[in-house]
Order: sequence, then structure tokens, then C-alpha cells
Amino acid sequence: MTSHAADSAIRTNGLTRVFGTFTAVDHVTFDVRPGEVFGFLGANGAGKTTAIRMLTGLLTPSSGEAWVAGHDVYRESEAIKRDIGYMSQRFSLYDDLTVRENIRLYGGIYDLSRDQIRDRTERILTRLGLSHTAHDAVGALPLGWKQKLAFSVALLHEPRIVFLDEPTSGVDPITRRQFWELIYEAAHAGTTVLVTTHYMDEAEYCDRVSIMVSGRIEALGSPAELKKNAGASSMDEVFVQLVRPELAAAKGPAT
Amino acid sequence: MKALFGLLRKETYHILRDRRTLFVLIFMPIVQVILFGFSIRTDVRDVRMVVIDPTPDATTLEIRDRFAAGGIFRVISVARNARSLEHLFGTDSAQVALVFEPGFGEHLAAGDPAQLLVITDATEPNTGSSRQMYVNAVIQQYESDRGTPPGSVRITPQVRSRFNPTRESTNLFVPGLMAMVLNIIAALMTALSLTREKETGTMEALLVSPLRPWQIIVGKVTPYLGIGFVSVLAVLMVAKLVFQVPMQGSLVLLLAEGTLFILVALSLGILISARTSSQRVALLAAMMGTMLPTQMLSGFIFPLESMPRPLQWISIVVPARWFVFIARGIMLKGVGLVYLWRETLVLGAMTLVLLVASARSFKVRLQ
Repeated sequence: MTSHAADSAIRTNGLTRVFGTFTAVDHVTFDVRPGEVFGFLGANGAGKTTAIRMLTGLLTPSSGEAWVAGHDVYRESEAIKRDIGYMSQRFSLYDDLTVRENIRLYGGIYDLSRDQIRDRTERILTRLGLSHTAHDAVGALPLGWKQKLAFSVALLHEPRIVFLDEPTSGVDPITRRQFWELIYEAAHAGTTVLVTTHYMDEAEYCDRVSIMVSGRIEALGSPAELKKNAGASSMDEVFVQLVRPELAAAKGPAT
Repeated sequence: MKALFGLLRKETYHILRDRRTLFVLIFMPIVQVILFGFSIRTDVRDVRMVVIDPTPDATTLEIRDRFAAGGIFRVISVARNARSLEHLFGTDSAQVALVFEPGFGEHLAAGDPAQLLVITDATEPNTGSSRQMYVNAVIQQYESDRGTPPGSVRITPQVRSRFNPTRESTNLFVPGLMAMVLNIIAALMTALSLTREKETGTMEALLVSPLRPWQIIVGKVTPYLGIGFVSVLAVLMVAKLVFQVPMQGSLVLLLAEGTLFILVALSLGILISARTSSQRVALLAAMMGTMLPTQMLSGFIFPLESMPRPLQWISIVVPARWFVFIARGIMLKGVGLVYLWRETLVLGAMTLVLLVASARSFKVRLQ
């Protein structure tokens, strides 16, 4: 553990990942404070997922430094794994197992006791209103419910940090809203949330956001700050200015 | 440990809930044994028989009649000497020859052993041996009808096979079949179930968890080890019950060698899945990499000895070749580890190499 990493949930310094001649993540430096909801924005292919994969230990960085929950990503990846939860873009539950079985499986993987698994299963089922379908195969659930369940399962072992990689893609606005309620609940309980999205309305819900363009962080701050700096009225405009400056210019200068 | 147990349970659920696949896995071995068994052992019917009877009398006539009446044999010619025999076999006119010794009836009446030579065309060894079995059955029936006390054999049938004298491939299909079934279950199913987790994204969830890669692999493949073991038992049982395939050697040794072969196949499956990212590619790779060589180059259907040299060399790296040799040794010749340690070592080394290779590929995927 490094002293300057201790008070941050996540801290990176010049984090870089190169695939052949392509630099997917290019000297990215940022800090996520404990208990914060940190938005990771960017167009498809901007490097969000690569960055998350490096922070979760799925991918070794090419260069730069990073600490997650105070642990060095190079040397302490095993320690990191215990402290984080992860929900991938592709949904991480087993379709042919029931709701209960999925929860029990991950409970076992994270070494929870039998009592803990039972209590938390009940809590999740009640919170999500899934009690009546607890014995149904997950594959039969609507996508929105699956995603809420996957999020709850990612939090099952009460990690200090949870990584959500486009958790709400493909679901309706109402379910997205409910999903964000879950995110807030987790943040209030003290969990740090790093979430990637390309829905700009969701960016407004974050405490702070970073906007990635071609592997680099082009803007970082609270939604209010970013809008003010860019002279934009919505995160949507901020995003378009950064990602497609020529498009923003064509629409006329912002006030 | 608890985590590993949870993984095992999950994998077992996957298998049990995929009813259709499970059904195929369980019944395929049985159906295959039966299909192969009957297609390789062609029907014994209408067998063309030549009788050589130097001294015809009431006894030899009765025996000849019994063969003619049974419906299985058709006596095409009766001669006093064996001069025409070579020609009849050569032109495929005769398939079985019954050669009475001179004075056969007298010897029998005097209570001396009476020699009866049975010659079979064994170009197709299985058919050949079945014909011999029928000949023996007719003679045994004759003996018991005459009231010969059991055990005191009066007629000594001397069995000779022509063209393939050692009859080496009798019942040879069972070991090869085991190899094939185990390849399907262990290599193919393992490769599929691992790549499926990659496709659905659940593999990432497992990799991000505190589980070690070896735990993930052990958790995934152990249930298939179990199914593979059950299939070996099923194949052996059907082989025994339906086809009376002999089991000369130690069953325990055979099961141990079978387990070793399953391990080879499992590690091959893991290697395939580590190198492929979709189920479709994994399926093709498993078919080309395991099924085809097992069928063609293990000596299961086509004898290795009669293959061109280059193919024989290639067959050295086919695990099934070694397993088929081992299983045949144990089942048909009754030999033990003393004779099979070299082949066993080859299989063990293959497992080791494949496991190291797949562990390395698995790690590379993590980077």
C-alpha cells in the first residue's frame, strides 16, 4: 500500500494499455474518492472497458500506475479481487440456474458463510421483489430484472468498490431509473461505484464524470462543472463538443 | 474449498438441466456399442460349408445332417479328401470346412478322442469367429444329445483360421469405442462448456472473483470426469451383456487406464477452449483434433499395421492409439501393467504436456 493511494478508492497515474500498435488507453490519470459515484463516459471504443479490465485485474497495464482499494494492480491483484465487485457488459449470471442458485454460487465463490448467504439472499429477493420467482431459471426473467439481480450479486460480498460496465444498455428508461436507485443505495452504504455508460442522462446522476476520447480523458469533474466550463446546457452537448468538435461547431457556438 | 464445491454443484446443475445433451451423453455410448457391435459382427447365416469325410459312416452322416438341418450352414460339397479345399476357399465358394479324421466314427464308438478339424475363412475376423462359434455349438449339441458326460470331450474340434490366423481383431471395437465416447464427453463437452462461459461473459465474472484459474478449471471439468467414468462402465457392461466381449485382465486396471485417458481428453478439451473463443470453433476443433484421429488412426477400425508409414508416425501422437492398445491388452489378452507400462507412461506424459500447455494458454488469455 502506498501512502498517497490510501485515501482514494481508485487512483491511476499515466495508466496505459497498448494492443500491438493501437493504444487503447493512453496515459490516463484520475482519482475516485471513497463512496463516490464516478461516471466513465465515452463513445464506443474509447477505451472505457479496457481501463476497467485493467483495474479489475483482467488485463495487465502496459505502463503507468494504478491502485484499487489501496492495492497495487501489478503486485496485489489477488487482494484487489476480494475488495471489488464487477458487473460486465455481458450479463454475468447463469441462465440455467435459478435466482437462488446464482446467488448461492457467488456467495460460495466469495467465501460467505451459510448464514450470510441465506440472509443476503432474502434481502436481495425482497428488495428486488423477486421472491415469487426465486426458483425460476434466471434465463426466464426480463432483461431489466436480470441486470438488477446481476448488480445485487456483484454487491453480495459487500465489496468496497463495484465496477459496472454499461450496466443499463438495452433496458427501458423506467428500469434504468430503478437501476440507478440501486446504485445510489449502494453509494449511501459506502460502496464506491465506477460506472461506464453512454447515456448522457445517466451522467447527470454521477457525482463526477470523466469523458474518454480515443483512450484519453478529455474532461473530468462534476456534471455541473463540466457544463459550466463548456458553456453547455446539458451533458449531451458537453459530450458532443468533446467527441465531435466539428459537429458542435456546425450547430453554432454555444453561449 | 467451499468455493470449489459451489462451482462443482453449479456445473452439475448445468449438465443435469440440459436434458437433451445429458440424454445424448448417456445413451450415445450404449447405442454406439450396439450399432458397432451389430454392424461389425455381420450376421452368420447361409454359411457355405465343405465337408471332408474320408470314412463316412452313421456318425459322420448324422453330424453332417445336423449341420445341414440347422439353417445356418449350407453344405455345398462333400469330398473324401482335402484336395479341392484350397481352390474352394480361394474362390470364396467355401467359408467353413469340416474335416473328419479317418475312422472318426470308430474312434468315437471306442471311446477314444475323435478329431474334427474346423477351418474358417477369417478374412473378416469377427464373422470368422462367429462361424466357428456356431460350428462348436452344433457339435456340443450333438455331444450332449449322445449323453456324453460333461467334461469328457470326445470330439476335439481343432479350429484353424485361414488368412488371418491370429484372429487379432476379435472384439476389437470395444476399446476403440470407449476412446471415441470419452473423446466426445471429455474433450468435446469440456471445450464447449468452457467456451460457453466465455461467450456468455460469465467467465469474466469468475476470473474477477478470488477463484484461482486452477479452481475454475477443476470445477468445470470434474463433473465430466464423472460422466466419462460412468460411460466407460456402460460401454463395458453392454459389451459384456450383448456381445460377450471377454474381460481377461483386471477390471480395476482397465478403469484406472480409462481414467488416465479421460484426463488426457479433458486436458485436450481445456487446451482447445483456451485457444478458441466461440463454441462453434471449439466444436470444429474438437471434431478435427480428437474425433477424426481417434476413428482413423487409433487402430480402432483400420489396423495400424497395414497403414502407410507416414500415417503410422502421425498415429504416435494420437492418445487413443495408446489407450486402444492398452485396453485391448487388458480385455483380450489379460496382460497387466508389466506389459503396458510404456503405453501408460506415454498417456501420462501426454496429460502432463497438454495440462501445462493449456494452463499457459489460459494465463495468456488473462493478460
